[in-house]
Amino acid sequence: MTATLSVRDLCVAIGAVNVLRGVSLEVEPGEVRGLVGESGAGKSMLGRAVLGLLPANATITSGSIAFEGRDLLGLRDAERRKLLGRRIALIPQDPMTSLNPVKRVGAQISVLLRHHLGLSKRAALARAAELLAEVAIREPARVLGLYPHEISGGMRQRVLIAMAFACDPGLVIADEPTTALDVTVQRQVLQLVERLRRSHGAAVLFVTHDLGVVAKICRTMTVLHAGRVLEEGETADVLARPRHPYTRALLAATPRADRPAEALRPVPPALIEQLWSEARRLDRVSAAGQP
Amino acid sequence: MADLALGHPAARRQRWLAAVRRGGPRLWIGAALVGMLVLVALLAPWIAPHDPLEQDLMSAQLPPSWMTGGDPAYLLGTDSLGRCVLSRLIYSARTAVAVALIAATLAAAIGTTLGLFAGSFGGFLDQLISRLIDVWMAFPPVLLSIVLAAVIGAGLTSVIAAIVVVDWTRFARVVRAETMVQLARDYAAAARVIGLTPGKILRLEILPNLVPLLVTLLAVEMGIAILVEVILSFVGISVSGDTPTWGGMIAEGRQIVYQAPWIMALPIGCIIVSVIGLNLLGDGLRLSLDPVQRQ
Repeated sequence: MTATLSVRDLCVAIGAVNVLRGVSLEVEPGEVRGLVGESGAGKSMLGRAVLGLLPANATITSGSIAFEGRDLLGLRDAERRKLLGRRIALIPQDPMTSLNPVKRVGAQISVLLRHHLGLSKRAALARAAELLAEVAIREPARVLGLYPHEISGGMRQRVLIAMAFACDPGLVIADEPTTALDVTVQRQVLQLVERLRRSHGAAVLFVTHDLGVVAKICRTMTVLHAGRVLEEGETADVLARPRHPYTRALLAATPRADRPAEALRPVPPALIEQLWSEARRLDRVSAAGQP
Repeated sequence: MADLALGHPAARRQRWLAAVRRGGPRLWIGAALVGMLVLVALLAPWIAPHDPLEQDLMSAQLPPSWMTGGDPAYLLGTDSLGRCVLSRLIYSARTAVAVALIAATLAAAIGTTLGLFAGSFGGFLDQLISRLIDVWMAFPPVLLSIVLAAVIGAGLTSVIAAIVVVDWTRFARVVRAETMVQLARDYAAAARVIGLTPGKILRLEILPNLVPLLVTLLAVEMGIAILVEVILSFVGISVSGDTPTWGGMIAEGRQIVYQAPWIMALPIGCIIVSVIGLNLLGDGLRLSLDPVQRQ
């Protein structure tokens, strides 16, 4: 079986700074993969590289990205656009700003459906109402006629989730979709992503810094630091028996309801320094290896 | 199912009412003044008491009818050739409205298109268009219009052409900057992620966000177009000599301003009221069209 997403030795640099240093990652069909790391670990950058949305000053220096066996990096723009939104979808980080402020919810969903599925205006709206019902929005017909600022943040995130799964994609990249939300809404959103993933049969790459979220919905996980993969495996295994000292330190730094707050340990600065010096050594080796 | 896109009729009516309320007095005062101007222009042949070209040298320079020596037949008096000032003011509105509508719309269309291209493609195209705007704006606009109109020759078309050629930069510059701002927003990135082509992103996502801005600019530009037309007709290179224009009336009235000041004062009043009306309308529309301010 071909992997849904296969990233090999991906290196990305912004100017002279390396942000990804040889990342390899496989996501099987239907798998939910957690991608964990602290700020600046390169986890969002990996998601953007897959979507072809790297910032203009970033370059992919080496490596490959394949989706369902097709090389993504060699695609022409027009071919990539056929995949985006249809086979590869994104649940963006900030639901407050990711919807167009001057377009009604219905118009935004139907643009996607008409663009990829060639539905008529009327059919697209009818399908949009079904999609909204699927993400547990009450009175979908009314919500279609509302503007984004007229609905709550949780509701906007559900609209975005509905859009991500609308064309039955093979892979959904969820870029910290719960970060901007209230804790009470987070749980609903996670359950929703899990339910839609099952019914639409998509693989999910769940980018987050929250180990609690990973433990809840991801079968497998990858720990990223300074643009390198430190550890990966089944979530249950990694969390129960972390092999890398950084993963252990991350776990010790995660607040949990069954532990007193005093038991929290920040990640030791010496460990971080050591990881960064390893990363820099790697940079020098690869720089020396280039002609 | 068809009304899904439109929302419930009651909700639509509420939105309309809310939009009108947000516009406030600017919206309705502006709309009333502009509406009056357009109506007067359209109905000129029916509401004008006299033929604007009919001369009556026996009753030249009559003051408005309420002043001593006024003739009730000439409500706002007559000019030095004995032509009815009120009728001339009414017919002049036709030229003003035609120039304002056509010139401003064309300038907006050209400027917006170039601004969208410059703002979205960046690079060489942006440099080219931006430098063109810079060079263009280095010329004093009114002088450029006068030179252009003088070169192309008199007539309504050349007045409109002169205004469009000079004023597209006003739109291009603002639209370019705003396009860049909007493209950097998250919703534009989200539109790219769903695989929309750059053209569709501009048309379906960015342009709707520019509408409040464009409406304001368009209204202001219509005011400017009226002023430029007045200036051109004042110096005598606007429409042909026998068509009444406010600028032409000011030029004629200027020579006899001590004997008959109303001949010059009345067209000036018309110009001021029209331009203020357009600016108020633009301001009010911006407030009521911006859905982000809808709370």
